[in-house]
Amino acid sequence: MNKQKLAAIVAFFLAIYIGVPWAIAASGRTDFYYTLTSVALLSIASAGVWLTFYIGRINIGQGAYALAGGYVSAILMTQYGLSFWTTLPVAGFICAVLAVLIGLPILRLRGVYFAMVTLVLTEVMRLTALALPITQGAKGITSIPLPGELSLFGITLIPDFATLENPKIGFYWMAVTFMVFAYAVLWRIVNSRLGHLCRSLQQNEELASSIGVNTAYLRVIAYSISSFLGGIAGASFIAISQSIYPSSFQVTDSVNFMLNCFLGGLGYVFGPMLGTLMLYFGWDLLFTTGEYQLLIYASLLIALMLALPNGVLSLLDRKKAQP
Amino acid sequence: MEQILVNGLYLGAQYALIALGLTLIFSLMNVLNFAHGQMYVLGGFVTYTVVAQFQLPFIVGLICSAVALAIVGALVEKYLFRPVIKKSRREESTMLLAAGIAFFLDAVILLVFGEKQRGVPKIIDGVFNWDFIVIMPYDRILIGCLAILMIAAFILFMQFSRAGRAMRALAQDKVAATLMGVAVDRYAMFGFALGAALAGLVGGLLVTITGINLGMGGPASIKAFMMIMIGGAGVISGAIAGGFILGMMESVGLTVLSEYGDITYLVIFATLMVFLSFRPQGLMGKPWG
Repeated sequence: MNKQKLAAIVAFFLAIYIGVPWAIAASGRTDFYYTLTSVALLSIASAGVWLTFYIGRINIGQGAYALAGGYVSAILMTQYGLSFWTTLPVAGFICAVLAVLIGLPILRLRGVYFAMVTLVLTEVMRLTALALPITQGAKGITSIPLPGELSLFGITLIPDFATLENPKIGFYWMAVTFMVFAYAVLWRIVNSRLGHLCRSLQQNEELASSIGVNTAYLRVIAYSISSFLGGIAGASFIAISQSIYPSSFQVTDSVNFMLNCFLGGLGYVFGPMLGTLMLYFGWDLLFTTGEYQLLIYASLLIALMLALPNGVLSLLDRKKAQP
Repeated sequence: MEQILVNGLYLGAQYALIALGLTLIFSLMNVLNFAHGQMYVLGGFVTYTVVAQFQLPFIVGLICSAVALAIVGALVEKYLFRPVIKKSRREESTMLLAAGIAFFLDAVILLVFGEKQRGVPKIIDGVFNWDFIVIMPYDRILIGCLAILMIAAFILFMQFSRAGRAMRALAQDKVAATLMGVAVDRYAMFGFALGAALAGLVGGLLVTITGINLGMGGPASIKAFMMIMIGGAGVISGAIAGGFILGMMESVGLTVLSEYGDITYLVIFATLMVFLSFRPQGLMGKPWG
């Protein structure tokens, strides 16, 4: 790792941990905390979608896993009295197992077929949440407790959120930390042997399997990691909103997760993070335009796609190629 | 039982018409048109405006809707999809564009037509009643027959006209079609316009019965995706089969499963998943699209 990269990473950390809270305090727009927390959490789910893009599959089903993760966490917290910090990994893990079960048959599909099946999967999950008794149907689960204290050997690592005087900033730091971990893991995966194998799948599956890559196994692994991230994002999201309904994550959200990846750029690990920030934050900023919000947003999206069909981060490539 | 079958046929005819447009666009350009449901809603609103506000006959409204959507489709293909497909490194990038167009159409519909539920007055009154075995309002029968007529016309057009043959060649193999002198760009645009016009026609047909509102676009797209998954993406016969199968399943499911609550679609989805794990390319699709 060279100096320039290290400096960039340090600058990024300073910006998100200290710079953003300072800027918000200075401008007095405390509502941005909620927006940015959402961006951080949604970008975790988008990171998962990006990983499935990396093996050459279009995943429009991340909403399903976010919803499943959210419900697992909510049910464990409200009915079994577990703490949020226990339910978080459980939610991710259950989503990963679910992804293995669902992925084994559907990962045989390719291209638009896979895309459409995953889109349908989101709808299935919503309908399941409506039909099952444990999820309480359309009423949803409300008044979910705030995350409690997390301590290890008597040392408080994270204080109880209910006792914090400013839980908003607490949530922001939590979400950002999760995001940093998720992207660190993603970056590590992409630059590992597993990442190289995934790239071979993206280019040509038959060729990869002919030289001895276990494609079926790899696909399921990548898909379950992706769903794990989706589950984590969903579970932390409901901890902040303190409620979950079958409509908390629906087809629109699944499509948005996919759009985040496209917008940021499919060839760049940090693409989905930038994409989420631009889409979600942009949508929020356009709120002042009232009834024209959707029109402006959609026009910008189309214009961006016409100008940069390979994602915003492809600007970096252009710069590199010119000198 | 007869009632269920007739309902299924009626639903299936409309569904097949939606799926035809989607599958046509997909087979020609490899684009999954997310905006298809929105195009259908737009068609419904155009018909509503012409029929209910300008007081013109229904058939004029239907034609206006088809023409308007064909123009929208042609413009979208020429100025949006074509340049992006040329420049993009991965084909799937068009999905972002398609979703953007879906948002855009939603916004336009919201601004121009508002968010209210709209409908036009019935075209014909009265109810067909066959000994209380089959009961069906006449307007539904008319719409169903019109839909089947249009499907037949579409198939004949694709089979026997010069343009239809060119589009089929294009769907089979783009390079070979180019070499044989098919004007690829022109027919891709024409196909997109035709697909969009079909969506507009269905919208126009349905506005007489169910009415139309802004929220109907997304669910219509999802249903259309399911149909072309059942039948196989990019295959015309598959889209028709998928449409009728889904219509039938919905009609049967709503009757048989009604005592268990609103789970028809859950069952249909689950069946679809199982079906696709055995036959990933659908009933009639080519493997790997």
